[in-house]
Amino acid sequence: MNSVIRGTGYPLVHVPDMVLLNGTTQTTERIVNPESEYLKKLGDHIRTYEQACAYYPNQVYIGNYTPEILEEVEFPWYDKPSPVSDRFGKYGEIMPQEEFYLLMQASDEFELLFLEKAFVEKYKPELAKNGIITEAILDRIHEGVELEQIKKQVNEHKAEPLRSNGELVGYVKNAHAIDENLSAHVMLENLVSKASSVLSLLYALKDAGMNPDDVEYVIDCSEEACGDMNQRGGGNFAKAAAETAGLNNATGSDVRGFCAAPSHALTMAASLIKAGTFNCVAVTAGGSTAKLGMNGKEHVNKDLPILEDVLGGFATILTANDNINPEINLDIQGIHTVGTGSSPQNVIGSLVVDPLERAGLKVTDINKYSPEMQNPDVTKPAGAGDVPQSNMKMIGALAVKRGDMDRKDLNDFVSKHGVVGFAPTQGHIPSGVPYLGHARQEILDGKMEKVMIVGKGSLFLGRLTNLFDGISFIVQANEGVEEEATVSRDEIRGLIAESLRDFASSLLESR
Amino acid sequence: MSILEGKKAIVIGDRDGVPGPAISLCVESAGAEVVYSSTECFV
Repeated sequence: MNSVIRGTGYPLVHVPDMVLLNGTTQTTERIVNPESEYLKKLGDHIRTYEQACAYYPNQVYIGNYTPEILEEVEFPWYDKPSPVSDRFGKYGEIMPQEEFYLLMQASDEFELLFLEKAFVEKYKPELAKNGIITEAILDRIHEGVELEQIKKQVNEHKAEPLRSNGELVGYVKNAHAIDENLSAHVMLENLVSKASSVLSLLYALKDAGMNPDDVEYVIDCSEEACGDMNQRGGGNFAKAAAETAGLNNATGSDVRGFCAAPSHALTMAASLIKAGTFNCVAVTAGGSTAKLGMNGKEHVNKDLPILEDVLGGFATILTANDNINPEINLDIQGIHTVGTGSSPQNVIGSLVVDPLERAGLKVTDINKYSPEMQNPDVTKPAGAGDVPQSNMKMIGALAVKRGDMDRKDLNDFVSKHGVVGFAPTQGHIPSGVPYLGHARQEILDGKMEKVMIVGKGSLFLGRLTNLFDGISFIVQANEGVEEEATVSRDEIRGLIAESLRDFASSLLESR
Repeated sequence: MSILEGKKAIVIGDRDGVPGPAISLCVESAGAEVVYSSTECFV
């Protein structure tokens, strides 16, 4: 029995101060070139919360628009404010940085994160207004500390500062005196990932209309590692986030694979359900502070705002087949193997064309492809091109080569079967999965039948292999569960009685 | 004679463009020695 996608969560968090303090482009620049023009100009290019909300791609991500709106709005989008600029959307919200600091504290089990007293008094009531935040989460927020304590920790003890509009409002301290894996820097990154995963899980449950107690297993597929010096990537973000989100009946584990991790995790979740091991599995991932402002230098050079100013989160709830929701079909699965090779042609061939060929399908039989949903507003000015479009061109080229369509139809194929990129460049977040929520709705509405989700990962960044990676699967309209033929107890009694009668008759006849 | 003949090359590939190993093969076939090759990710 195939699993189904019951609901999805897609929150964003606008974190302007974290762009300056925690993005690796900025932290690296402060080390190698502290007096650089970039660092001097950067502050003038930070967007306000209102500007981040009035940004079309962000509104698509949280579900207030479908991706098609980006085909209608003239590119680039950063200078065209969206008329819809709501905080809350169908699949999530754009949470302000200040309320997120409180959620980070609620996710902190070891008293590592401290916030200033007046700050807590000001923003805790704001967070309490948010219907998705539970009483249990609010109860975990501390009263707050004096500013002097914060200054002392940041200035004298290497604590990581938390700022709001440049003002010091809190800190994250190290969890061990000498272990780098538990340093303030790592703990901040991990608390950010955990807290945004918690938020994602809550929105996915809401969308699925399910109770936290229904979830039996959680898989985290983010890109951070938690552990100490004896087990650097020991884990487990999944169970840690499940605890804060109140999933009391769940256990879980972490899956890693760079940007391909969400597709690996979804494959495993769908398999766990198909095998009957669990009935309800959540896949979740929080955001990365490291990638904030990653392409900032090019954006500032071109006098654009810093567009990588949001953390992204993602979660989805899979259950056993309910005969309604779209199914994950693991029979048509693309796999990039060790022997596949790393050329774009080989990668797309293994992930898209080969599985369709095995299933007797044409490339054009898939309504939409979701390979990598990076927002081109971010990547094009930085010289990385339009990543979703490049993927679609390669898929289209292989379709032409295979004879599935004519060369002259290539451009139409890209626009008809592709999805315009709308996801923040948060590594694992844009890889295939941002479209799951929209795809689920389109399939439920009967507008499409089959969508292919393609995850691709840059394994070579870990310097253990030069290999690329990827895995793909199909999401399809629910075909319904075939009723297995069953026989009731009464029917069995009837059959036995009938057999005994026949036997008795045969004995009488034989006399 | 290729402009790369006898040269030493540092290869930086792009994850969403041409990967390092592919560039290395081209550069080596043109007579250069690849002293470093990697593929980077900008997204």
